[in-house]
Amino acid sequence: MKRYVMSIDLRRCVGCQTCTAACKGANATPPGIQWRRVLDIETGEFPDVRRTFLPMACMHCANPPCEKVCPTRATTKRADGLVAIDYELCIGCANCVMACPYDARSIVHEAHYAYGDTPMASEAARFDPDRIGVSMKCTFCVDRIDLAALTGQIPGVDPEVTPACVNSCISGAMQFGDIEDPESNVSRLLAQTQHYRMHEELGTEPGVYYIWDQS
Amino acid sequence: MKKPLLRASNLASPKQQHNWDWRAASNFIAGGAGGGLLLWTSMVNASADATRMAILLGLILIGSGLTCVWFEIGRPWRALNVYRHFATSWMTREAVVAVAVFAAGGLAFLTGTFALVLLAGILGLAFLYSQARILAANKGIPAWRHPRSISLMIATGLAEGAGFLVCVLSLSSATVGFPVLAGLIALIVVRAFAWNTYLGALVADGAPDATLKVLTGIAPRLLVVGHILPAFAVAGAMAGMPGRAGVSFAAGILVVAGGWFLKFTLVRRAAFTQGLALPHLPVRGRGTAGPATKPGWKAMPGGKAG
Repeated sequence: MKRYVMSIDLRRCVGCQTCTAACKGANATPPGIQWRRVLDIETGEFPDVRRTFLPMACMHCANPPCEKVCPTRATTKRADGLVAIDYELCIGCANCVMACPYDARSIVHEAHYAYGDTPMASEAARFDPDRIGVSMKCTFCVDRIDLAALTGQIPGVDPEVTPACVNSCISGAMQFGDIEDPESNVSRLLAQTQHYRMHEELGTEPGVYYIWDQS
Repeated sequence: MKKPLLRASNLASPKQQHNWDWRAASNFIAGGAGGGLLLWTSMVNASADATRMAILLGLILIGSGLTCVWFEIGRPWRALNVYRHFATSWMTREAVVAVAVFAAGGLAFLTGTFALVLLAGILGLAFLYSQARILAANKGIPAWRHPRSISLMIATGLAEGAGFLVCVLSLSSATVGFPVLAGLIALIVVRAFAWNTYLGALVADGAPDATLKVLTGIAPRLLVVGHILPAFAVAGAMAGMPGRAGVSFAAGILVVAGGWFLKFTLVRRAAFTQGLALPHLPVRGRGTAGPATKPGWKAMPGGKAG
């Protein structure tokens, strides 16, 4: 059984937002919607202050609250650990948006473009009417993961079948792979480091691990 | 107009939810009161006309709430898909119960049969319970997911239902009996207790600062308008104050108004998201890990390091 997860080394993230841009490029999300975003967190009191960059997106939880509350079964958890949305079933009730403690989901009720009501050629070419009025979020670039099943390539190793954000990360902070495989890059990295998952106390069992120090 | 300074750190703090606006709030506001009204209608031995009027009002309240939600969802013409996940979704269960409520309530309105009135009342309670569970299932909103929000939503729904019933009885030829007024006072006390217990537990267990600020801010007004004033009015009516019907009606309206004010505040104004939490700040270079941070929260309970 596979369980695809992501690890993000907070020691390495420099907050360049390249992953955010790569995600928008790969998934053609509308203006104002970022499936992958990097938060810039300032903590402490002068002169003892810190700045931390925190990449956030759907955590693809093993126990996803969004899936439980969804009245339509549009949100499902796949056997490989990915949490997916069927845009054909979703009614846009936003119950999943409320259920997600990671603020990962959004609903766009009307088409918006970067420069007003008229889409640029690239926006028109990639506009997906199925995503209007329904819930959407990071998919872990599910089309690439599905491609791996056909080609035999390994997500997290072969760029063609790895999420766009991971491919784009300039510092190598983001890694992707099968945590059930002890030899995967993610499994080995997590074995060597100290890490946590956000809001674990809520019982969601998120699939994104944040590394903060070596073991 | 001067724009507020946008600080990077603010983006990490809990944010007020905007996906469920007044239309979604209306479902909880009107639907909960309608469910409570159906229940108490089935419990009180009122005249046939008053019973019919109360049932009709209960169904209108539930129906108007659901209609508001229909206008809010992104794909209203697919609304029937809501029935696809009975196993775990309280929204599906609410929708199923709603159909049964309208069937039983409609027949009860037409026939006046006691068994159907009773069935409609039980289903009204089930509808109210489903709504309470919908809110509590939303882990992304700390003010809703607290277990005590369930008892609060049920308590206020029952109190509002009783308030409406007193209004209906005041307007009809039937007099508002002593047991009904005593029951209304008891429900006011129960709601006040549920509210205080909920707020106290929320403060103790932790919630976004903004949520606590909003909820503690309404507490005095809720106490006066939603609890003390109607309790005095009901007591006056019970004591035989002149204009008993009018006083009872005013008490019922105040109980309803207090509950609706509470629910609107809970669903809209106090509904802030979880935000983020970092149990450890990352080690940079040869430095040490920084302390935990949870922007927008006073304390940081939970959080396990790997």
